[in-house]
Parts: sequence; C-alpha cells; structure tokens
Amino acid sequence: MSGGDPPRYQGQGKGQGIEGGPERLYVVTAGRDRAAEPVPLDLVTLIVSRGKPARGMQPEHAAILRMCTRPLSLVEISAYTGLPASTVSVLLTDLVDGGQVETRAPVPAAELPDPKLLEAVMDGLRKL
Amino acid sequence: MDFANSEAAAGPQAGDALPASARSAVKVVVVGGFGVGKTTLVGAVSEIRPLTTEETMTQAGAGVDSLVGAEHKTETTVAMDFGRISIDERLVLYLFGTPGQERFWFLWKGLFEGALGAVVLIDTRRLEISFSVVNRLEERGVPFVIAVNNFPDSPCHPMSDIRAALDLPDHVPMVTCDARDRSSSRDVLMALMRYLHSLTTAPRSDSD
Repeated sequence: MSGGDPPRYQGQGKGQGIEGGPERLYVVTAGRDRAAEPVPLDLVTLIVSRGKPARGMQPEHAAILRMCTRPLSLVEISAYTGLPASTVSVLLTDLVDGGQVETRAPVPAAELPDPKLLEAVMDGLRKL
Repeated sequence: MDFANSEAAAGPQAGDALPASARSAVKVVVVGGFGVGKTTLVGAVSEIRPLTTEETMTQAGAGVDSLVGAEHKTETTVAMDFGRISIDERLVLYLFGTPGQERFWFLWKGLFEGALGAVVLIDTRRLEISFSVVNRLEERGVPFVIAVNNFPDSPCHPMSDIRAALDLPDHVPMVTCDARDRSSSRDVLMALMRYLHSLTTAPRSDSD
C-alpha cells in the first residue's frame, strides 16, 4: 500500500541539482558548517527575495533569490536545490546579512500553542 | 552540472508557490517506522506533491558535525519527506514525515522545536518500533496522538490492547486511519489539533 518513493525534485538524473558530496557543500558555504550568527532560521521560516540576483553573485545565492520571488520555506529551498537544509541555512544567512531576502519567522514556539492558532488550523483543515 | 542553469534549482512551479500574503508557518511532525505510510499520509493531505530534503550523517553518529576533518568518516544520506497545507492566506502548515529513530531527529535542526505536535503513525504488525518513539516524545514534552494505519492484512487489535501494549497514558488520543485517504488523514490532523486545543483550555493532569 505504500505510496512508494516521493518524486525527487532535485532532478531526473545526473547533471541536475547540486552534486559532488560533502566537499561540494564545504565549497558552497566557504567552509562554514553552520550559520555564524544565531539568525533564528527554522525549517519553516518563509523566505522572500527583496530583489533580483546581481551579476557575479554565487550561483547558489542567485538561485535562491530567483526561486523566492514568492514566499518559500527554508526546507522547500533545500528540496528544490538538492542541498541539505543545514547548508541552505548558511546560504540564507549570507542573504539575510546582505539584506537580499526578507524572512518571515514561524509562529513562535511556546509551551502550548495559542488556542486561536489551533482554531485557525482546524478551520483550514475542514476545508480540505 | 551547472547549478545556475539547472532546472532543478528553478524552484516551485507556479501552482506550487505560496501566496505573497503568506506570513507565517507552523509544523507538525509525523513520526513512524520505515514503510508505515508517513509519506503516504503527508501526500494525502498535502497541496503539493511531497518533497524531499536530505542531510548527511557521519557514521560516527555525531549528527551534523563539521564536515572539516571528516575525510575518514563514512557519510550516509538521510532523507525526510514533507508536504504543505495552506491554512489561509497568511498561515501555512508544514507536515514532516520523520523516521522513528531518534538519532535522525537531530539531523534537522529545529524539527521538533516549535512544532505544534506530532502524529505517531503505527503499523500494528510491527508495534514494537513504536515503543521508543512514544517514550522519546514524552521525554521531549512533544504532545502527540497515535494514528493506527489500517493495512489490509493488519491484525485487528482493539484500541485498548494497543494502548496497553504501548503503555500509553489515557489522555493521549488514538485514532485509526487509512493513510491513503485524504479525509481520513485530515481527520488524524484534526484529532491532533483538538487534543492540543484541549491541553490549552483544560488544566493538565500531572499525575503521570
């Protein structure tokens, strides 16, 4: 009954997405393994570009700017680029620092969620 | 090979883009063993086809360590599938289908932090996998409901037997579902939301 493997959006085959294993990831983040600043980027932080990519920009940065003309979560960027979420987080921190993207933080974590928020989610689910 | 011209890096198709008005997102984690139907459930309710995010794990099991000096470690790629539901013009719900083994949970920083709660998807043919999941979530204080995925050849256990087998507190809701079915999977999420809502409005019993 399993739905099988989900489609892999990082490409139909070789030559798409970002390849090359850990060394490649090391290169695209210039050796940083995590964001330098504790910018609170969550898997579901929504990212929106503030402008078009500049000439000479690192391709990964440019790709993120192009795909975030509408809001897109960090984890969706990870799926579409084929880069790990941890790597995307580093790349996004560069763009946040440079003022090139706007972030829309998740609903703040709390001991217990706001009942109003839960009611909104239930209303939304009922429409499914 | 060329990332800049790669179709894969183009992002979502027009129909999969969120409205510009989307302001904020919330998470629900669907936890379960391999083959229990996590991605099926996520796909049944998601407005986009489930996507996959991957992280690299070193064989040492240290999680997301620095890759520097990792030349002699074996790298394993771990995948996690997720889907999305636009709740309204401003709010988005993300659903993550996560392996039951706790060591995978740390690969995605913040997976459980800030999550509204979790669904533990259970296959009664392999109940034993679920013990540790239930324990780990309780330790972390993540509220959860149990959803029993009804496979055609599943033995038919009364819910009370499953509750006893998992040593589950009385207040944790249990539902049965067909993870292939949209409304059935939606009802699982509704059960979680109702439970969370009850936790916010009723005083929590701290007896257990």
